[in-house]
Amino acid sequence: MKIETIMPADIARQHLHQVRFEHRGHHLLLPTNVSFSGCRRTLIMGPNGAGKSLLMRLAHGLLRPSGGHIRWEGAPPVQAMVFQRPVLLRRSALDNLTYVLAVQRVPRAQRKAQALNALERFGLAALAKRPARVLSGGEQQRLALARAWLLNPSVLFLDEPTSALDPAAIKAVEDAVNAFHQQGTRIIMTTHDLHQARRLADEVLFMHGGQVLEQSPTEHFFEAPGSPQASAFIRGELVW
Amino acid sequence: MPVSDNPFYTALALILGMDQRLFDIVTLSLQISLIAVLVACLLALPLGAALALWRFPGRNIVIVMLNALMGLPPVVAGLCVYLLLSRAGPLGQWGLLFSPSAMVIAQVILVLPIIAALTRQQVESLHNEYDEQLRSLGLSPLRMIPTLLWDARFGLLTVILAGFGRASAEVGAVMIVGGNIDGVTRVMTTSIVLETSKGNLPLALGLGIVLLSLVTLINALAHVVSETAKRRLG
Repeated sequence: MKIETIMPADIARQHLHQVRFEHRGHHLLLPTNVSFSGCRRTLIMGPNGAGKSLLMRLAHGLLRPSGGHIRWEGAPPVQAMVFQRPVLLRRSALDNLTYVLAVQRVPRAQRKAQALNALERFGLAALAKRPARVLSGGEQQRLALARAWLLNPSVLFLDEPTSALDPAAIKAVEDAVNAFHQQGTRIIMTTHDLHQARRLADEVLFMHGGQVLEQSPTEHFFEAPGSPQASAFIRGELVW
Repeated sequence: MPVSDNPFYTALALILGMDQRLFDIVTLSLQISLIAVLVACLLALPLGAALALWRFPGRNIVIVMLNALMGLPPVVAGLCVYLLLSRAGPLGQWGLLFSPSAMVIAQVILVLPIIAALTRQQVESLHNEYDEQLRSLGLSPLRMIPTLLWDARFGLLTVILAGFGRASAEVGAVMIVGGNIDGVTRVMTTSIVLETSKGNLPLALGLGIVLLSLVTLINALAHVVSETAKRRLG
């Protein structure tokens, strides 16, 4: 995978002020204050049901908070999201990519070349004509990343993108995440995998029971976690 | 039973004889039903998709009404179109009553609710799967409609066939608004009614077999097309 080094552009800071989320009387996210800034790789960690995906969907704008507000310092940047189970259209791999270019109003004449370029970059060139839904799990996730790549996002959200993949496919996804980062994209990603967090994260945001317990640099988080729940989580003990 | 009384023999003789009158009746039947289904699709596919995507007050009432209209008796639809198009009716000056156009209008009214209601179901389940991804890509609900319709295309083919089945099988509506005029508005189903009432049961049954074969052929073609495409696209 080629990696171009482009100086990270200044990406608008994002602030979540007292953001909370309720669904049918359940408080799924308690009032939360979080900021995302710079071109960092933030990994959101925590046990199932901690509210990781929820926080990300709120930040991305897929969900409206029940309270509080979300503010960008400056114009909201281009964002993209890669989901745990890639949602691919019932078309060929190539058509999945030309589709987003059409949505972006890229002139028709340029779409195919750009799409092929992205397929090439993510090692999918040989699969261009194959229906996206018959690709393997790893190939599908790479296609989802290629699609996000075409959007040229300043902020990329990833919701447990490797949870259903084998080690080789996980490696490919992590390489892709780093390629985005090298290009100057802010990464916000959820994971259960402690090793993955050590490999990828610039900072860790630890959640538990619908609350953000800490947001600290990776080394600091693993050496001196700021909460008993986080240290239990790092030791691999179940936390509920 | 003499050979001429055997409906299968009659059907075979009708087909092999390439009877010009039979040919005209079959052509007219197919023309009317296919045009009706085409017009109904143009209206009902976007309508069904819109109903799947938009949340508005009274949406559930609209869905229940649409589902109920799937069971609209053809004679009632025929009667309504008859009243609209008759000389004294609001659209009387169009002079469409007892013409193939009137039959198309009546069949559109019968087929539209079926295609719209079933499209709504198909698109709604696909929308559940696609919604977050499409919104993440920045699509408005309006822009989602063509995407969802295209990606639901295999399921929608069955929906359209259900509509075509309704159109080609019904007799009440085309009888009332078409009048079963020989050479003008006589179709397969109205001929069958006529031959039955005349007591010419072998011919009636023969026509029935021809009609059934045609519908089967069209469904088989659609099935082969969709299965091949499905296998290729996963």
